[in-house]
Amino acid sequence: MNSTGTPIDYLPIVLMFLVALGFVVTTIVATHLLGPKRKSKVKDAVFECGIESKGNARFPFSVKYFLVAILFVLFDVEVIFMYPWAVNFKELGWLGIIEMFTFIALLLVGFYYLMAKKALKWED
Amino acid sequence: MLIIWSFIIYKAIMCVAVFAVALGIAAYSTWWERKFAGLLQDRYGPKRAGPFGLLQPLADGGKLFFKEEIIPNVSNKFLFILGPSLVMITALMTGAVIPWGRPLHLDNGDLFHLQITDLNIGFLYLLGVVSVGVYGIMIGGWASNNKYALLGAIRASSQMISYEVAMGLAVVALIISSGGSLSLNDIVTAQGDGGVANVCWQPLGFIIFFVCALAETNRAPFDLPECEAELVGGYHTEYSSMKLGLFLFAEYINMFISSAIMAAVYFGGYNMPEWFENLYRGSVSLDTFALIGMVCFVAKIFIFISVFMWIRWTIPRFRYDQLMNLGWKVLIPLSLLNLGITALVQAWRNGLF
Amino acid sequence: MSTLLLNIPVTQYMFYFLSFVAILCGMMVVISKNPIHSILYLILTFFSIAGHYLLLNAQFLAVVHIIVYAGAIMVLFLYVIMMMNLNEKDEPNKKVFLKIAAVGSAGLLLLTLVGSLKGAEKMVAAAPLNTNVGLIKNLGQTLFGEFLFPFEISSILLLAAMVGAIMIGKKDPVK
Repeated sequence: MNSTGTPIDYLPIVLMFLVALGFVVTTIVATHLLGPKRKSKVKDAVFECGIESKGNARFPFSVKYFLVAILFVLFDVEVIFMYPWAVNFKELGWLGIIEMFTFIALLLVGFYYLMAKKALKWED
Repeated sequence: MLIIWSFIIYKAIMCVAVFAVALGIAAYSTWWERKFAGLLQDRYGPKRAGPFGLLQPLADGGKLFFKEEIIPNVSNKFLFILGPSLVMITALMTGAVIPWGRPLHLDNGDLFHLQITDLNIGFLYLLGVVSVGVYGIMIGGWASNNKYALLGAIRASSQMISYEVAMGLAVVALIISSGGSLSLNDIVTAQGDGGVANVCWQPLGFIIFFVCALAETNRAPFDLPECEAELVGGYHTEYSSMKLGLFLFAEYINMFISSAIMAAVYFGGYNMPEWFENLYRGSVSLDTFALIGMVCFVAKIFIFISVFMWIRWTIPRFRYDQLMNLGWKVLIPLSLLNLGITALVQAWRNGLF
Repeated sequence: MSTLLLNIPVTQYMFYFLSFVAILCGMMVVISKNPIHSILYLILTFFSIAGHYLLLNAQFLAVVHIIVYAGAIMVLFLYVIMMMNLNEKDEPNKKVFLKIAAVGSAGLLLLTLVGSLKGAEKMVAAAPLNTNVGLIKNLGQTLFGEFLFPFEISSILLLAAMVGAIMIGKKDPVK
């Protein structure tokens, strides 16, 4: 059954999405209708432990998070390449292992570079 | 067309059933979490609402529904509502590929598969849904326009994407050693009928997967995004009423689903130990056999959920740099090592040496 | 059952629906004032394109499209957008010259696309619709057999990208 997957296998995913969406919409609408509504300027201000809020939360944050995101994209692509290999592991045999170990060796070079440059060092 | 409609109706029944079970188990996980915490800390836990406090989850849910809905006046209203919705939808969507049991036999001779859909690339579907789940938290935290919420959201997303890499590598190793199928049903069946549970060949891979699952679900000791000592409530600081409830509930659903995944792919899912299976095999009908398998699967899930809770009430929280170091400098090299070893061991098992 | 779905016009309706969603969301990416909304529309576009892949039975490609584009690259985009100062008062005034240049270059791109697609109606599908080429098993055999060299080269490309990211994102400590 699985070696020949067809698009119809994905129809239930759409159904599941509809069920989940229905639940979420019902919940949000219900809680909107059921709860009390007593608005005031102070209550609707953002919470900052009782201190009056200065400015807003639209400020730049540390570039390290950005670096983590870039590295994640790169590593994610490399991991994606490994799935077709894992599925065909038996058929590809030694050739596949050598190919993939070369690939991983290059990945490790990059990883070593990350370490040497201390790109992942969180404190400085 | 008739076939299509019957197909849709039967799948719709499965969807609603999985949805109801996920909600029910998530609700009672909250009860069990408190009881379990009470057990560990030598106190009672909830005991007023109903016998043993069994009605507590209903009371909590009801309370959340009747709480005032506060949307901060400086927030982006649409995105503020979208955030928890996305988190909840992605949490529920992950249940679609988990095989809950052996197929049941219907009167007209058809098989009733206890799985919503058996995708060819089931495991990748799971990773895809998990990777989309990051948006809910990020958008929710950013839309609140609160500094704590923003920091919590960035921490959460950064943590989740960091641990996704190691998780993916652990899955690659698992696929290799379980025989090269990404379909969850194939992975589970391969472990039954004379096969051994994957954890025997993948002990290190299992530990990596487990740690990553803890981090992906934002459970302790990786619950920094909602670290109350530094960030008030983290990304859900500004949320109230059932919108907060969706965030909290989604965490329990994620915990349930990740326990189910680990029980299925590493511990044989609905398969039982052979001696246990031999007690029943032949003497009961196939459907009863399938049901016993399901009970066994649920028991495994329950154990995993309890381990999640045990860890939460035992281990203190990580510091953020420790968390990132663990993810990038320990788990990724370790999972690459695991992958290399698995490849060589599997080559040996396939007779390449 | 599966061949039934492939032969009836349902597939065609799905194609039109997904195309409609993709184009609508693509336009909304450009039109939306709020950059976060733009990103969300872009994610929707990616999902509808993944749907197109599914209709072609390229399942692996579809899920990779979601994991890599919708799940990884868009998170990066979201970070970039969130790191920018999004306060409206800081929004720089764009010069008229810049606007004209943008319209001009976009027009050139459109011209190129139309030009390249003009001959496309004579194109025939290389394989029948219910093909299994896009399944992970067959794709892996092609990737690690026929396209072995490009595959290994891609790892060097990724290495180069990694070095580039660190060069940009990480300053060497001042001595």
